[in-house]
Amino acid sequence: MRASWRETLLSYTFLAPALVLLGLFTFYPLIYGSYLGFTQYDGARFAHGLGPKWVGLGNFRTLLADPLFLTSLWNSVKYLLVVPALQFASLAVAVLVSRELPAMPFFRAAYYVPVVTSISLAAVMWEWVYNRSGTLNWTLKALHLLPQGAAFGWLNNEHTAFWAVMLVTFWRGFGYYMVLYLAGLQGIPEELNEAAILDGAGSWQRFWRITVPMMRPTILLCSLLSTIAALRVLEEVLVLTNGGPLNSTYTALMYVYSKAFQGFDFDYGLASAAGLVVALVALLLSLANFRLFRDADGSQG
Amino acid sequence: MSAVTRPLPRAQVRTASPRKTLRLVLRYSLLVVILLFAVFPFLWTLAIAVTDKSAGVNIYDFPASLFPRHVTFQNFVQVYQTFELGKYIWNSVSITAMMVVGTLLISALAAYPLARFRFPGRQLIFGVIVATLVLPGETTFIVNTLTLKGLGLLGTHLGVVLPTVAGAFGIFLMRQAFLAVPASLLEAARLDGAGEFTILTRIMLPLSRPSQAALGIFTLVTSWNAYFWPMLVLSATPDKMPLSVAVLKLKGQFNYDPFNIAAGALVMMVPVLLVFLLAQKLFMRGLDGAVK
Repeated sequence: MRASWRETLLSYTFLAPALVLLGLFTFYPLIYGSYLGFTQYDGARFAHGLGPKWVGLGNFRTLLADPLFLTSLWNSVKYLLVVPALQFASLAVAVLVSRELPAMPFFRAAYYVPVVTSISLAAVMWEWVYNRSGTLNWTLKALHLLPQGAAFGWLNNEHTAFWAVMLVTFWRGFGYYMVLYLAGLQGIPEELNEAAILDGAGSWQRFWRITVPMMRPTILLCSLLSTIAALRVLEEVLVLTNGGPLNSTYTALMYVYSKAFQGFDFDYGLASAAGLVVALVALLLSLANFRLFRDADGSQG
Repeated sequence: MSAVTRPLPRAQVRTASPRKTLRLVLRYSLLVVILLFAVFPFLWTLAIAVTDKSAGVNIYDFPASLFPRHVTFQNFVQVYQTFELGKYIWNSVSITAMMVVGTLLISALAAYPLARFRFPGRQLIFGVIVATLVLPGETTFIVNTLTLKGLGLLGTHLGVVLPTVAGAFGIFLMRQAFLAVPASLLEAARLDGAGEFTILTRIMLPLSRPSQAALGIFTLVTSWNAYFWPMLVLSATPDKMPLSVAVLKLKGQFNYDPFNIAAGALVMMVPVLLVFLLAQKLFMRGLDGAVK
């Protein structure tokens, strides 16, 4: 089809609302936000109606000298531990519910319910679970895993809060990735599994020797999505612990948010700089993820 | 070889050896354990919400609190009256409705030329929209609040909606749907003298209803549940907060009364749960993730 001026005009008219909104709220923030990272734009300047002032790498020096930022970055990196657990569990659950047996559609749907649950609702419900007298302590006591009188609030203890928050991420995520893996599983030819059964392969062997290698592209996609999401974790922390206790759940984006919006000494420049650091780490991790899977692919072939 | 041997495993299934039965029992036991992990918090919330608290029950009295003896709807009435729940429901409805209508409209409009025409700059626009999927968004929320402030939209529902209403997911979903419309149909319409707008409204849109439904439902669930962005935009105007943000305020206000909190939480969950149950096939197709 040759482009007529009428079709071109029409095309751009139709595209205009989307392009304007994407430009204003997606691309402009990226550019202006990156610029802000190299400026001083704190409460004092803001209050006097002054614009951002260029300070070069000043913010990054401040960040490197701020123990809270280093802690928050470390916590975000530590949060990546959820990725292998989440991906392994989701794939395993997908295999479990993929067989056409009675009640499987019910289980699939039920496992997806946490995905369509708002994080604020999850916070309300999980706080009852993690409470001093909540169900988690009750269950552990019933199983004799927790001595009498040793009950504690899981979100109030600096040694457990981090893992408790992570479990909520896991809870909200496994149904989501399960569905992606289910779609991938349909691409594995039935003959492959049947042949393996004939050769005497157990289900464990089939999982590692057939399912996992055949699912490599889906696993790559899911790990990538999950890695970026884990590094950017914020909502769970915000609603469950607000970064506490003793900053044990203070993540990098919590730092960005907090520097920009919490307290009176806010500094958009410093917050943006911290955001840029997180973006850089996310980029490096994505590249590493691709590398890892490509190398694994190479050794296969 | 396979032609001869393939029926074998199926025959084995039918005879159901003790080992097979054991494995089936194991599989279902595991499924039930995972089920409890996934839905237990909901069941407990439901139980608390309908518990008659006048009997002086403790929600942490396990396992009795999971099976309320007197079922009541008094908690719902109370939370509705004392917490102005109606106001927050209305805010949620208002934001969600704007999001759904806006997303459908903007996505369909943008997808139409991308599916139908070849025009200068098309490749570039494609690239731009794809790029939004991978661009880092760590500082976006800072600049967007400043932009909204400049536009005088901070603290309004429109301010919540505008920055998130245009997205690659919706545009590509609609484009796929438009591409699936047979070209012969469009040619015929054109021969009959139909203009582009008529083709869009009379052929393309009616034939892409399933995709619109899918996009509408995903948008509905996402925006009903959204927490961080609405919280940020409406932090100075608590009267305009949607339920998803207000539910945490509810928690602060009724700290001594978990029954009311549970009732409020349930009010928020029920619409999403209904939509999900009615449209679960859509979610189970993994459409959401395939494009993201």
